[in-house]
Amino acid sequence: MHYYTDLILILDSTVRLAIPLILACLAGLYSERAGIVDIGLEGKLLGAAFGAAAMSAVTGSPWLGLLAGIGVALGMSGIHGLASINLKGNQIISGVALNFLAAGLTTFLGQSWFHRGGFTPQLSQSQRFGPISLPYADQVKDVPILGGLYSELISGHNILAYVAFIAVPVTAWVLFSTRFGLRLRAVGENPKALDTAGMSVTLLRYQALIITAVLVGIGGTYLSIAQSAGFNNNMSAGRGYIALAALIFAKWKPWPALATCLLFGFLDALQFRLQGIQFPVIGEVPVQAIQVLPYILTVVLLAGFIGRAVAPKAAGQPYTKER
Amino acid sequence: MAKDASSSTQRLETAAALPPAIKLVGINKSFGPVRANRDIHLSVQRGTVHGIVGENGAGKSTLMSILYGFYTADSGTIHVSGKPVSITDSRHALALGIGMVHQHFMLVDNFTVIENVVLGAEDSALLGPTLSKARDQLKQLAKDYGLEVDPDALIEDLSVGQQQRVEILKALYRGADILILDEPTGVLTPAEADHLFRILKTLRDEGKTIILITHKLREIMAITDEVSVMRQGTMVKTLETAQTSPGELAELMVGRRVLLEVEKGPASPGDVLLKVKDLVVTDDFGIARVKNVSFQVRAGEIVGIAGVAGNGQSELLEAISGMRDQTLGSVEVNGQAISAFGDDGAARLRDAGLAHVPEDRLREGLVTTLLEWENSILGYHNSYGSGLGLDIAKAKSEAAERIEKFDIRPANTALKTANFSGGNQQKIVLAREMERNPDVLIVGQPTRGVDIGAIEFIHKQIIAMRDAGKAILLVSVELDEIRSLSDRILVLFDGEIVGEADPATADEGALGLLMAGVHEGGASGESETEARLPEHVTPIEKTLTEMSPRVDKDESQ
Repeated sequence: MHYYTDLILILDSTVRLAIPLILACLAGLYSERAGIVDIGLEGKLLGAAFGAAAMSAVTGSPWLGLLAGIGVALGMSGIHGLASINLKGNQIISGVALNFLAAGLTTFLGQSWFHRGGFTPQLSQSQRFGPISLPYADQVKDVPILGGLYSELISGHNILAYVAFIAVPVTAWVLFSTRFGLRLRAVGENPKALDTAGMSVTLLRYQALIITAVLVGIGGTYLSIAQSAGFNNNMSAGRGYIALAALIFAKWKPWPALATCLLFGFLDALQFRLQGIQFPVIGEVPVQAIQVLPYILTVVLLAGFIGRAVAPKAAGQPYTKER
Repeated sequence: MAKDASSSTQRLETAAALPPAIKLVGINKSFGPVRANRDIHLSVQRGTVHGIVGENGAGKSTLMSILYGFYTADSGTIHVSGKPVSITDSRHALALGIGMVHQHFMLVDNFTVIENVVLGAEDSALLGPTLSKARDQLKQLAKDYGLEVDPDALIEDLSVGQQQRVEILKALYRGADILILDEPTGVLTPAEADHLFRILKTLRDEGKTIILITHKLREIMAITDEVSVMRQGTMVKTLETAQTSPGELAELMVGRRVLLEVEKGPASPGDVLLKVKDLVVTDDFGIARVKNVSFQVRAGEIVGIAGVAGNGQSELLEAISGMRDQTLGSVEVNGQAISAFGDDGAARLRDAGLAHVPEDRLREGLVTTLLEWENSILGYHNSYGSGLGLDIAKAKSEAAERIEKFDIRPANTALKTANFSGGNQQKIVLAREMERNPDVLIVGQPTRGVDIGAIEFIHKQIIAMRDAGKAILLVSVELDEIRSLSDRILVLFDGEIVGEADPATADEGALGLLMAGVHEGGASGESETEARLPEHVTPIEKTLTEMSPRVDKDESQ
């Protein structure tokens, strides 16, 4: 029983840690499927996290915070779109620039608005998205096995977490069962085919970027006002990049993306759990060695185990109407 | 042929009663200082196949792009079925019933056929109903026009001919009744081209109007009812196909009589300079493409390799020039056996006195982002300067000499190679290889995508090399070129040399049969080869023995 509770707890923190990854990964999926490489996911997560925390601290409303988070991501996507769609610039450079911009600007604005060394004020419970108890969670708590699973693992997350999980089947449906999805996939593979069929490549790519911004905006908001109680410097901590890695690992497909993000979340959760534990024979392992585990596994998995990951063919290429 | 001509006339008479499907009046279009289309008038009758021919840059593609809404004309009007229209984008053209099959297909490779067909023509936000409707409609189209393609196959798994059928299906699914095909046979095998023409004839008989852009006069003669000739941006003339000849069309295209025969004296062969013995070459997938080929080329003669493209010519050239490892057999240059194994095989062969003009100048002959003078020393750069140094002044001055000698235009050694026209790029490669004074010259497709003026020049240079006592091996898909340049012709079929012919006496029919794999007196496989014959020898190749000028579309465009 002791081990089972441990397992439930690890899985629970797996889910919590995977949420921002899932949101960022799906965000990247929309833009890359449309042919826009978005290395700026990291910066957008960070920017959105700051926007949400600042807004919530000032107004006291997490919902306005969410709007602000999405708004920041939309603004950054707009810059990325302008640079890579209209001006046909290099998408990697534009994305990296946005990452630097977000890192610098969040610290700078945080300091000049709140004077706490770049941190936003600690948020109270009402200024955050709190856990939602699903019906009967308390009643079934003591039912063996399934009870714990339901009340700890499935119930008790915040609204944004449920949004992330619902976004997966919705994305799969949009991508493969709707007209928009068909065009989205086509524009990332061969924009010319769309152009000659009389559709606007620019419009479609902007639509994709808007969806990307909304999803990554929710992800950033989750980081600062759902998972934590305020913004701190560089709190995205590379999650945008890991989400991109997960996207490649998942071969740009929604369900595998969910699985991959959960795997990365699990590695992260395991890492927390293993700290300070006495292993047989080797004894205690230094914290740093354990912390590095998820990253080592990321490299190993990406380097050797995924086989051929074929990116959308037109990803990264600006579209120029030539004839 | 005669019967076809009369029905063609009938068709034109019936069509004349109706307003023309397309009528262009006074179309002008300029790109900066270049006037791509000048005062174009064109009338295409409903229910006919209308050919448009012209050299590279004659303005055919520009005109069709205006019709399909890619460009807007500077002035002039377009009438579709008698009504004046203004076509601002492709969507508009599609709505008017104009569909286009592009030279480079506009398909999404990892989509299925049906997904490609409905893309952009979906009925509702959900795909389900559209897909089931499209499935029924594809079945109907397959039945009506012989356009059979598996709707659930992925595009990347289809042959080029099938992909083209998907493009046609796309247009028909959108309700097109005027179809524009831009150089449709450039990428097809002869059998696939035949199939395409059968489909086009069915479409025409069902009342569709077809505009066929091509530079192949044989196709024009075989399938069109009327033909319009363009030259340097102007519409020279529209003729009834039955009333004209390839010779007349060629003359209209270039504006002067084409010198189709190459002037050359008799050959005086000397020592054997290139000797190929029992050569076996496999392709990237390990399949033998050249099977036990042996031949020799003597000093002062041109040996031409004829064959339908894809019968091992490319692999043969690559093996002899050291670009591909030979599996078995030997290659001797100047009596000296040279191993072509390894990455430096080509360099060893060069050192032994063999120069190579590759088949595909853009992929194998040039680095188009480099400057002209840089390209003109590629492969020989070690003879300029020593160690790490490069004698740029020497390289440039020699490049300038070659530019002068080969009349390469523009005469600018500091221009990016990509900015030269196809013919001039080919001259850069030829000049580089010929001016090294090699003993053996291997030439692949010397005039592919080259305009007529440059073709004459290149042919003269090759003859001059022969007269200077060099051994020349020529591979070309243009049978006319092989016949007019070679002193001996070897026919390659399925990787084997199936016959040798004297160009002076060989008739085209006999060569065609050899190229199709029909051996003289080869009783064993006769029934099999006869059954296969129509696949390889198209009626066009058979009936038209006249030579048409080789005006390939420039690949660099």
